[in-house]
Amino acid sequence: MKEKIKVASGQGFWGDLIDAPYHQVMKGEIDYLVMDYLAEVTMSILQKQKNKNPKLGYARDIPELMRRILPTCKEKNIKIITNGGGVNPIACADAIIEIAKELGIKNLKVGVVLGDDIKDSLDEMISQGAELNNMETGDSIKTIKDKILSANVYFGAFPIVEALKKGADIVITGRTTDTGLTLAPMIYEFGWEKNNYNLLSAGTIAGHILECGAQSSGGNFLGDWESIENFAEIGFPIAEAYPDGSVIITKHQGTGGRVSFETVAEQLLYEIGDPKNYITPDCVADFTSIKLEDMGNNRVKMFNVSGAKETEFYKVSCSYSYGYAASGSLTYSWPKALTKAKAAEQILRKRLENLDLHFEEVRAEFIGYNATHETLAKKLNEDDINEVMLRFSVRAADFKSVERFGKEIAPLILTGPPAVTGFAGGRPKPSEVVAYWPALIPKKLVTPLVKIIEA
Amino acid sequence: MKIKLIDIAHGRSGDKGDAANVGILAYDDNGYQIIKKYLTVDRVKKHFEGICFGEVERFELPNLRALNFLLNNTLGGGGTISLKHDAQGKTLAAALLRMEIDTGE
Repeated sequence: MKEKIKVASGQGFWGDLIDAPYHQVMKGEIDYLVMDYLAEVTMSILQKQKNKNPKLGYARDIPELMRRILPTCKEKNIKIITNGGGVNPIACADAIIEIAKELGIKNLKVGVVLGDDIKDSLDEMISQGAELNNMETGDSIKTIKDKILSANVYFGAFPIVEALKKGADIVITGRTTDTGLTLAPMIYEFGWEKNNYNLLSAGTIAGHILECGAQSSGGNFLGDWESIENFAEIGFPIAEAYPDGSVIITKHQGTGGRVSFETVAEQLLYEIGDPKNYITPDCVADFTSIKLEDMGNNRVKMFNVSGAKETEFYKVSCSYSYGYAASGSLTYSWPKALTKAKAAEQILRKRLENLDLHFEEVRAEFIGYNATHETLAKKLNEDDINEVMLRFSVRAADFKSVERFGKEIAPLILTGPPAVTGFAGGRPKPSEVVAYWPALIPKKLVTPLVKIIEA
Repeated sequence: MKIKLIDIAHGRSGDKGDAANVGILAYDDNGYQIIKKYLTVDRVKKHFEGICFGEVERFELPNLRALNFLLNNTLGGGGTISLKHDAQGKTLAAALLRMEIDTGE
């Protein structure tokens, strides 16, 4: 058994710093590179791409990234784990194999985790007893069944562990939990048992710290952020894991950012509910058990983690069509910038009313004044406001209403309050709104499948 | 004595469906005793009047000198549906840090 392993976060979401995984591989020693590419909305986007082209439906940044890092990863035996396979992990694996061939890399094993995509077997699942009611509202899935764009089960770490056991150098999954990507190599390397919930929780929490990329190494830090050095070359977090479940969070020497008690603790509080019951497919982790020790030099030790047995259910995320939306904006300058923006809002509302369009929601916001903190924003004297951007948004069930709205923004420049600018880029176009439907499914109804593809 | 929350704590916020999660972390033990005592569900609910339209849930993490709040019915329908500029509640931790606490001492 290895004495320790270094698991490096290379991506906090699809759209994160393109070079981050490259730097994780090149700027120091690591054993695993893990990359989270999937947000809820991402799955529906990928499903649409796959519908148009059966060879797409995965994070398309991956093949080009592989071209840059595969030779080094192969040479140093750095394994790569990512959920960027989206709704088409096989196509993603095939694309990687192609790149490997071009680079002349031989004996490359790509593990693929399948079985999370249940879109085409929803009826079967329901007939077998899966209710799939909305976890948050309790509504029946029947209310949206005709509009479903994608449906994926969240798998945990164990299918990835299986792929590693089969010798995979790279593991590509569909909808796997962000935390499972980091936990899997620890289970594999240290032989952690399926029922050792304390160890599984330690790896899971390490995954939570890594899953948003640099958000635990100084990025988006709300403390004394101005004292953080070199954001431009920020180092992404690395979990140095030990067999006893202790984990040191760190980053490569010489990179920017900061790993401290505060930066790690802030990330631990991100997007959690009840901290005693952090539910994943692998375990239920207790965030109140965590002990953090700032060792200095960008090293924070996490230990003492406890957790409990996993639940009988997987989480399912379905996405479905929810109409269309668009936003347009105009900027009003001093004098009376806010009064002008508010007047423009009223003019626009009246014009939309006269057009007899039907919106489910209409919203006006005043950027530069109170768009983020609303009622809590400090009241300013009108004369102290230099400029305000009016952001006007609508959502409707039908495309046409939203499209028609888009034609009403630019005319305000010549037909409303003065000293207005900032209309560029053409009419706001309706974008399809995809809503998401969280549900639970009994674990026994779904079986992950692991396939190995070799170059 | 009046204490500005931003002087004794930092935080991070994000989305969980239509709920926002707001984590508040004190810089030291004394600060944690203050936020534990004064950042009650009622105070936080009142602070976010006109922003949070649902129940406020509160959880304690003494190990991190932190409190976690779930502000239900806050994000205009949640991530993808919401028309809000800050649809994911990313700035709400800073909004909570605007609070001033009067310890009455």
